[in-house]
Amino acid sequence: MEPANTSAQSPEKKKLVVGWFSFTCSEDSTILFTELLNDHFNEWKTLVEFRHLKALKTNNSIEGLDVAFVEGAISSEKQATEVTKIRNNAKYVVAIGACACNGLPSASRNTFVPENMSFKTKWYLEHFDYSDKVKKLEDIIKVDDKVDGCPMNAEAFKAALWKYLKLFKIVENA
Amino acid sequence: MHSGNITIENITKIEGTAGVEVTIENDKVTDLKFIIKDYRRFYTEAVLGKPFVASPSFLSRICGTCSVAHLFASLEAIEKSQDITLTEQTRLLRRVAYNGLMIRDHALHLYFFVLPDVLGIDSILDIPDTHDDPGHILLHDSFDIKKLGTDITDVIIGAAIHAPYPTVGGFLRTPDQTKFPVLIERLEKIRPQVLRGIKTFYDYKQELLSDSDFLCLRNGVSFDFIEGEITNSDGKAITESNFHDFLKSVVVPYSQSEGYLFSDEHNNYLVGSLARINFNKDLLNPRTKADTEEYLDVFPSKNVHHNNLAQAIEILQCVDDSLDILKSIKVVDEKPVRTPKKAGVGVGVVEAPRGTLYHMARVSEKGMIEDYDVIVPTSQNQINIEKDLKKYFSANLDKDEKVLRVEAEKIIRAYDPCMSCATNFLKIDWIRK
Repeated sequence: MEPANTSAQSPEKKKLVVGWFSFTCSEDSTILFTELLNDHFNEWKTLVEFRHLKALKTNNSIEGLDVAFVEGAISSEKQATEVTKIRNNAKYVVAIGACACNGLPSASRNTFVPENMSFKTKWYLEHFDYSDKVKKLEDIIKVDDKVDGCPMNAEAFKAALWKYLKLFKIVENA
Repeated sequence: MHSGNITIENITKIEGTAGVEVTIENDKVTDLKFIIKDYRRFYTEAVLGKPFVASPSFLSRICGTCSVAHLFASLEAIEKSQDITLTEQTRLLRRVAYNGLMIRDHALHLYFFVLPDVLGIDSILDIPDTHDDPGHILLHDSFDIKKLGTDITDVIIGAAIHAPYPTVGGFLRTPDQTKFPVLIERLEKIRPQVLRGIKTFYDYKQELLSDSDFLCLRNGVSFDFIEGEITNSDGKAITESNFHDFLKSVVVPYSQSEGYLFSDEHNNYLVGSLARINFNKDLLNPRTKADTEEYLDVFPSKNVHHNNLAQAIEILQCVDDSLDILKSIKVVDEKPVRTPKKAGVGVGVVEAPRGTLYHMARVSEKGMIEDYDVIVPTSQNQINIEKDLKKYFSANLDKDEKVLRVEAEKIIRAYDPCMSCATNFLKIDWIRK
């Protein structure tokens, strides 16, 4: 990622208001994100307000997001409602990682043959609020960008973040 | 509080999604539910019919943070099913890679999740950006420690998350030994920072005594996360292949994960760093032992918060063990060990960062997966977490609800639970044979 030109920030020092969300997945992209903080913590802290980041904060809000980064596939109507709410509170949504972008591997159960399913798989599917199919993000909401990979491609994520930092004029076009 | 409910909808600063529901009637906790909410992905069903060579990589996707633990447990299960004996070089290189996992994973938990509790703040994002601030120093220690763990795994197995080099019988690509000297230099340099972390978590005085049994691997020779027999508080040793015979699965109707009981003399049990340091502190690397002597005196401990201190000590153990191996190993090109495909059953048990992890594979004569099972640490700890929370709430109902919520999250965080892991596995009706 290009180094931030902090002197080019607007006088009021607006930050990009970001939310990070996880649905059905291994959260490997969240883990990779925490690894990226090893090198980018100081820089991003000056440019980004992490308004929702459950992995790192207790006090979270989904209100007024510039960008929502959403990891994971959607397994239930409850999750669909949640992600729709996120969409309605974010100007842009970026799908993060393979499960959000194309459903897999979390959507493996979509290929299960009912008569071959184990009793316990059926039990969990029946006793909790699973949807018939696991869906990728785009099946539920409008997605503005995708960062594919399992885990996400780190360079593509940084490029996406940089794109929105420029779009919201947090940093000037370098 | 006389009567009412306390609900923590989403516990934060943990891996995955979980909540707590407490019911209080007439100044007594009448019900407490620790609810794992992540939706299942049914990996143990999805892997059926896949070739065994493809299965470890697929199953590493169970978890982002401890994918290497799932990868290695699965490799071990498959290799045992095929009677494959690893070379000494593969065993040592896997051991170093595993140390890298432990260093990164423990540091993530201790510094990103627990350190805010130590400092009395919400988040590492609130740590002041002043160079002499103790929190700032520790946070920047964590970046160096985590990065070193990641770089070790990058060099040895190709990545920290879903590593591409390990395969059944060995490695697809031999690690580049020319990169070892830099790792050795960084491992040596990181020790004072790791020791600062150990002192920090030693000075973090929290106490909740658990009356549970403990379980972990022990091999009597070295402090080992990969090889050993499962040992409990009575010193009972169980071979890896017999482990599941001693567990009783419990359906927890409100949770997406089943729980487990150890169906021997003790019922509830705890796995993780606390169990490992309790049982194996005599086996720590001599250098680790020498430099942590004053902290090791607290073990064996029944205080669940000492799991944090135990993890901090394990980071140093992994640093010192990696130094020993990397300084002495001479890496040569080796092809993966393979045997003719055959029908067989294998069990792989490793100590994942948060406790004992079990994989079982049954392979057909054509090399396809016919049956698969996994038991993860968080499922095993689930019943104990619930029990400890009930104990805490019962003894502290006079406290403000906000305090109760914060303290409950600290207890859960001390276990370092991982909900992604906990929601994939299905076996039930295990009773001691």
